[in-house]
Order: sequence, then structure tokens, then C-alpha cells
Amino acid sequence: MVLASGSMALATRTERTPSLIGSVWRSTVGKKAVMAVTGVIMLAYLVAHMLGNLKVFFGAGEFNHYGAWIRTIGEPFLHHKWFLWIARVVLGSAVVLHGVAAFQLSRRDLAARPAKYAHARRRASYATRTMRWGGVILALFIVWHILDLTTLTVNPNAEEGRPYENLVASFDRPPVTALYIVAMLALGLHIRHGFWSAAQTLGANSPRRDRLFKVLANALALLLTCGFIAVPVGVMTGVVS
Amino acid sequence: MNLTLRIWRQRTADAAGAMTSYEVSGISEDMSFLEMLDHLNEELILAGDEPVAFDHDCREGICGACGMVINGQAHGPERTTTCQLHMRHFADGDTVDVEPWRAAAFPVVKDLVVDRSAFDRVIGSGGYVSVPTGSAPEAHATPVPKPVADLAFEHAECIGCGACVAACPNGSAMLFTSAKVVHLNALPQGAPERESRVLGMVGAMDAEGFGGCTNTGECATACPKGIPLQSIATMNREFLRASLRGGRGA
Repeated sequence: MVLASGSMALATRTERTPSLIGSVWRSTVGKKAVMAVTGVIMLAYLVAHMLGNLKVFFGAGEFNHYGAWIRTIGEPFLHHKWFLWIARVVLGSAVVLHGVAAFQLSRRDLAARPAKYAHARRRASYATRTMRWGGVILALFIVWHILDLTTLTVNPNAEEGRPYENLVASFDRPPVTALYIVAMLALGLHIRHGFWSAAQTLGANSPRRDRLFKVLANALALLLTCGFIAVPVGVMTGVVS
Repeated sequence: MNLTLRIWRQRTADAAGAMTSYEVSGISEDMSFLEMLDHLNEELILAGDEPVAFDHDCREGICGACGMVINGQAHGPERTTTCQLHMRHFADGDTVDVEPWRAAAFPVVKDLVVDRSAFDRVIGSGGYVSVPTGSAPEAHATPVPKPVADLAFEHAECIGCGACVAACPNGSAMLFTSAKVVHLNALPQGAPERESRVLGMVGAMDAEGFGGCTNTGECATACPKGIPLQSIATMNREFLRASLRGGRGA
């Protein structure tokens, strides 16, 4: 009797749905949500990074002091530099997840449209069409940027604890400045489509809020691009030296 | 009106196809695009050639059977179905390219006919409400506020023609799927299956080989029924909500 009633209950039970992480990562919608969340994390960091960079205009003393302070955030609860390392791990994971999801989704998207139209038409905006290669350019730039100003491997000054002098030495090389400015323009384009797209992906968008998110995306893109480019322009014009 | 048509001709699903040119004369500007193709086919049949195969049914813009990519645009230059597109939108002497919907999930059957049964399987995975059969329930038993009814109706307008998939550079069915999810999830009748519907339909959509959404907005631009792009945001929200709740009913 017990066995029989047991099998009855099994027969009427609804199928179990897969785990949250499994169902999210396996679906295109969920993977996009991962891209949106990691994108927003990186965007929030970039706003803080850009604002911090602007301290360069207050001189070497203040900028280097700011650089040293970042290493003390969270003390005494956190050990020296721990906040910095937590931020690095979070950002590193965000970049990797964002990139892996983008790669997997792009492969899928290309496979979903194997035949092209004979009558080709220009589609979507420039920012939208350049998301994939723009993302690749940004990833390569991040590698260069870390080698230049974090590990100081390719920095001509390479003095630990003197970010101001390292920065000025780096931007004294015109090709580096040009590369930096191009990367920041790519960043602006990426954010212009990416921020609104994240709002759409996370379900925050609606017909009523669409304009707001588009305006916000453009404002963020403009603010970050101009803010970041201001530093090499400052070095080029001699305002920062 | 005389036109040069370049039409995708493909004998069978497995055969290689090619764009083939036809000179068509005596076209009236009052003809629909399908009537213009009928006109071409009559000439082809008289000449002993194989007529161009294309899907069509109501020819009133309400069934979703017809659909072809005209000059690179799904359903052509006007925001309507191919059957409701009239030749007055073309000029004498134009060259017009006519191609089938292009997507891995919509294989070409013949010429301009594609197999859209992937859409049926997406609908079969949750695009319905389970109701007991019997006599019709009392209409006032389930009140639906007017704005909700309007939202549901706006999305119920989707005719499943597939223009969204054809227009999407990723061959994504997000707009189609979101139309049904928003339609039914907005209504009280759809509430018991709110989570399983969106999870099931998104799962089926992925399994059919449709691409993901990159928010290019091409789908909503091509949609003859004006399903808004933001409906995809609503479906994404429903999907994330259902995932967080583990797919259980409300």
C-alpha cells in the first residue's frame, strides 16, 4: 500500500525545473543577463575610475596620494591592499564572464543566420554593429593598459608608487596616446549601445522608459569618453607634466 | 509598369539555389506584390517553366502566411505584409530582389517557401492557456482592466509571419516569443502558467536554433503588426523572475 501510494505521488508530481544557474547560463536570455550584470559592474567601476583619474589635474602630490589611499580602503577591517585585490578579482571575473558569454552568444547568432541576403542593407546604428569587434578592441586595450600602468611592464618610467610620473611618461609617447584615445572612443560606442541594451536585457526597459535609458546611455558614454580622454589631452597640451 | 525581378530559385530543400532574373511587363500599380508574382507565374507556366513557389493564404494581411524579403527588407519597403504591399511603391524600370526568409531555424523548402514549423513548436511549449472544456464561463467572472486588455490585444496581433526572424541579423525569435509571453502573462487566464510559459517558450526557442537578441531593433522595424521592441524587455523580466522562482507556479 505504501509503495503504491508512493508511486501515485510520483506520477502526479510536476517535473522539476533545472537549477537557477543552469537554466540561466544555458539560455540565450540568461546569458545575456550575465552580460548585462557584468557590464553594469564594469560601468560602475569605470565611472569611479574616470573621476579618480581627473585628480591628475590637481598635481603629482594629490594624484599619488589618491593612488596610495586606494590601497588603504577598508582598513583596519581589511588588510592593506585587500580592497584593491577584491576589486581586481570582481572586475577580472566580470571581464571573463562578459567575454565568454559574448563569444558563445556570437557563435550561436552567426550559426542562426548561415545564409546572407543577396540584397544587403545597412542595418542598425554604428554603435550596435560594432559591439563585437569593439569589445575585442577593449579587451586588448585592457591587457595593454594593465601592462602599462598597473604592472608597469611596458612603462618607460615604471616607478612603483608614483602613478603620476608613470602616467605622464606613458602619454609622452604619441602612439600610446593615439591608441588610448581610439580605445576610449570604442568604449563610448560600446556603452552607448550596451547600457540601453542592459536595461532591455534585465527587463528594466519599457515603452515609457525607453527614451530615458537611451538618453542615459548617451550621457554615460559621452561623460566617460570625455573624462578619460581629458587626461592624455592634458599631457599633450602640457597642462599635466 | 515594367520591372526586373531577381528571385531566389531553389528546386528542393537540398538543392543549391540562385538568384534568377525575370523581366516582367504589364504590371499595374494597383496589383499587390503577390498578384504581381501571380502575373509572373502565369507567364512562366505558359512558357512551360516552373512557377515561383511562395506562401500565401488570406491576402488580407491577417493570416501571416505570406512573407518574402524584398530589396533586403522583410515584407518590402512598407510596414505591412507582402500581400498588402502594392506595386505603386515601386517605380517603372526598377530592379527588385526577392528572397526567402533567411534563418537556420527556417529552412528553405522551395524557392520563397520556408518551413516555419519551429514557431509552432515554440507556441506548443507554453503559448497557450490550459482551461477546462465545457460551456463558456460567465464573462464578468474574470474582470480584466482596460489597459491590461489593450496590452494583451496589442501583442495578440502577432500573426507569426516570421518577419522579425528574417530581419534579425542573428535570426532571433525574441520578438515573436515575447509577443505571446506578454499577451498571455498580462491576462488573469494566463497567470497559473506564468512561469512555466516563459521558461518553456524560451527553452524551445533556443532549442530550435534561433539566435540570441543583440537589441538591434530590426525585428520591431520589420514587424507588420507593430509589436514593440520593449516587449522583449518584458519577456526578459518574466524569464528572470521565473528563473528566480525556480519555475514554480504562483
